[in-house]
Amino acid sequence: MTPSSAIAAIETFALEKTYRVGFWHSKKKLALKPLTIRVEEGEVFGFLGPNGAGKTTTLRLLMGLVYPTGGRARILGRELDDPEMKRQIGFLPEQPYFYDHLTARELLDYYARLSGVVGRERKKRIEEVLARVGLSDSAGTQLRKFSKGMLQRVGIAQAMVHDPKLLFLDEPMSGLDPIGRREVRDLIEELNVAGKTIFFSTHILSDAESLCDRVAVLNRGELRGMSAVADIVREIGGSVELMWSGASAIPAISALGGQCHATADVVRAVLPERQLDSAIDALRKTNAHLIQVVPVRATLEDYFLAKLAERPEGVEVRA
Amino acid sequence: MRRIMVIATNTFREAVRDRVLYNLVVFAVVMIGASLLVGRASIGIERLALVNLGLTSISLFGILISIFLGIGLVYKEMDKRTLYTVLAARPVRRWEFITGKWAGLVMTLVVNAAMMSVALFAGLLYVSGKLTSADWGVVAAIYLILLQYVLMTSLALLFSTFSTPLMSSLFAFSLFVIGSYAGDLRRFANLASGFTRVVAYGMSYAVPNFAALNMILPAAHAVPISTKLVLLDSVYVFVYAGVCLSASILIFERRNLK
Amino acid sequence: MTGNSKRVVSISLALLLLCMGASVEMSRKLEAERSGAELQDVMYLPSARSVKALSLGYNGLLADLYWTRVVQYFGSHHHAHTTQYKLLAPLLDITTELDPQLITAYEFGSIFLAQAPPEGAGDPRAAAKLVEKGIERNPTAWRLYYHLGYIQWMELHDSKLASESFQKGSEIPGALPWMKVMAAALAQHAGEYRTATYLWANILNSTTDKYIRDNAEKRLRALKCDEEVRLLQEYITKFTDATGHPPTSWDEMLATGWIKRVPVDPVGKAFKLMNGRVQVADPEKLPFITRGLPPGKESNVLPKLPKQGETRSE
Repeated sequence: MTPSSAIAAIETFALEKTYRVGFWHSKKKLALKPLTIRVEEGEVFGFLGPNGAGKTTTLRLLMGLVYPTGGRARILGRELDDPEMKRQIGFLPEQPYFYDHLTARELLDYYARLSGVVGRERKKRIEEVLARVGLSDSAGTQLRKFSKGMLQRVGIAQAMVHDPKLLFLDEPMSGLDPIGRREVRDLIEELNVAGKTIFFSTHILSDAESLCDRVAVLNRGELRGMSAVADIVREIGGSVELMWSGASAIPAISALGGQCHATADVVRAVLPERQLDSAIDALRKTNAHLIQVVPVRATLEDYFLAKLAERPEGVEVRA
Repeated sequence: MRRIMVIATNTFREAVRDRVLYNLVVFAVVMIGASLLVGRASIGIERLALVNLGLTSISLFGILISIFLGIGLVYKEMDKRTLYTVLAARPVRRWEFITGKWAGLVMTLVVNAAMMSVALFAGLLYVSGKLTSADWGVVAAIYLILLQYVLMTSLALLFSTFSTPLMSSLFAFSLFVIGSYAGDLRRFANLASGFTRVVAYGMSYAVPNFAALNMILPAAHAVPISTKLVLLDSVYVFVYAGVCLSASILIFERRNLK
Repeated sequence: MTGNSKRVVSISLALLLLCMGASVEMSRKLEAERSGAELQDVMYLPSARSVKALSLGYNGLLADLYWTRVVQYFGSHHHAHTTQYKLLAPLLDITTELDPQLITAYEFGSIFLAQAPPEGAGDPRAAAKLVEKGIERNPTAWRLYYHLGYIQWMELHDSKLASESFQKGSEIPGALPWMKVMAAALAQHAGEYRTATYLWANILNSTTDKYIRDNAEKRLRALKCDEEVRLLQEYITKFTDATGHPPTSWDEMLATGWIKRVPVDPVGKAFKLMNGRVQVADPEKLPFITRGLPPGKESNVLPKLPKQGETRSE
């Protein structure tokens, strides 16, 4: 175990899952290669990857729904089936489905009771949480009448109703319209400010970029990269994007190392920052009309796509 | 413990809000009404026909309900993934979950039996004008039928931890039929020899003994049912349910939930 | 596996095994408490026809079920030396109603309903009725005729009727020749030991049912025993006439050359000689004997075969 002053929120040590498939259970399918990550308390951690990358498998392993075929993990320093730990975490599964014979309030009451929230405190929390996700009006309606977006909100509500320290969210934005997504993003930020740790998996990078402190990238069951968002964004900096009209300048700019894309008479090119002065000179020489100069920042998408393309040759990637 | 009760209550609530349940119960009540008419047709055997047909309906429909509810228990939760949030982020252990479900189901079945008995006793009052000591036999027979429900539902729960609803219901119903002839199976074992004998004996003990829980004819003929028998039956069902429950817990504990 | 999980697995496994053992034990206790209870239900069923109606078409299976009940019922009661077989007739009735072609049921019923207790239910009329039902439903079953013949001759004492049955039976294609012989024998030598032996020997050879064969063997032994006792008694009478006093032991008769060796009954025990009377050593082992019984003990068949020409109808 790596020595640290605080207990990690989540720690995995070569956590692995292999499924046996086929009629005689003879073939092996590797859903998750040995995964070692560490998430600190108070972080917002993004778990990224294309569909089928192993994100849901990892979550299921952490939630104790599925048993690992190798390695181990700890949440809040405790075993994965420790009821004390379960009390302090919340989980929103992908495409959640709840007992549709219950009303929203009844559902939250059920979950709150199971989590050990008692009496008056429970009633108070339920109303608070319902208000927070915007379902106060529909609280008495049976869940079978809820839309997908409303179900998503109920899902978030049940994950929060017992005031857990650590939240696991699997695709929390799915099924929500832009307003809903905004609300969820605000909620996550709010929770983070309140000191909660959030672990969420998604394939929508822009959300991850704006919310997460750190991210991990998964592909085909393998960890491809793990890094702080701030570092990524800072790293591939140092470029500028030029926009002008005047096709005759293209050869000169290309010579400086810029890739030119022309649409009608307007050309764009991205160049290293140090070439900026030479580029502007070149434009002036050809009487091109400069429209815009914009500094280019790297996006999470770049990092993501780069990591997906790499082949780390079976070596575990650590941050 | 408290958590088990919470799960049980929720299961009960779910069952009660399920419309199919009501249909079956209503049907049973209708059957009881019909048996009154049958009794009418033949003089002197009104009570006999009522108790016979009435108890048979309660038994058969109740068994169907038990199977129907039981197989849904775990399978529905897994198929619809409602159980993810219960197990993943609550201090509920898997065995507590199974036990709670089972308890909720038993509660439902008790209420069912009670409702159907009320209809039957209403019929008895109508036919005989008053309730006599012979009617205690009917109470005992209903209690034994309730034990049948518990037996059936425990088996259905066990099947639902590893099998699809269709297969589970087939297994469960087959066991009901075979179990109704458990006595004959043992008799057959007595007559057989060698390997057949061993297999037949094994089966006669493994199969749930529904035959021992069927006291419809004695109740109809006002033959008293021995207390010792009722006691033995109760312990038997309790213990057999224990087999099913512990096997279910064992299977469910190590199951990978998709 | 975590410690928690291990504990759950081991506790539930232990509980499982414990409960399995307990359930077997309880099941056994239950069976003891209600042994034969299903059979009692037979008393409550309104009629064999109603059982058939309720069987939902699965007659064959139910018939087999009831047949095993018949055999077990008889076997267990016989083993316990009971004197009553109240349920035998209703059970057989239901069995044959469900499967009228179950010949073996009629055969079984004809013998074990007719014979006097403890070897049967002692109801020859019911037996005859059953066999007649069987003949009606199975006209080509020649065997049933000899069973009917046996009942009519030995239990109802009507050798004329019996002779007719054997005659009718002998005319069915496939009937063995002994049927004709039996018909003739009954017409002429109804009272003779030889005729009875002939009947039982042929029943023994014609049937494969274990119970019926056992029974036939017992009958044959009894007949042999009866004949030996009769012969021995004749010798004793002659001895008494000759010496003026009844013999006190077999040795006395051996010494004086009246007999060649100590007489032994068909189960291998030496006969007893009590006050000039021959007696079987262990009557329990020789059911069906009519002679040589200890004084006061009754035969478990109706007394002696009627003499030739004598008919007695009840």
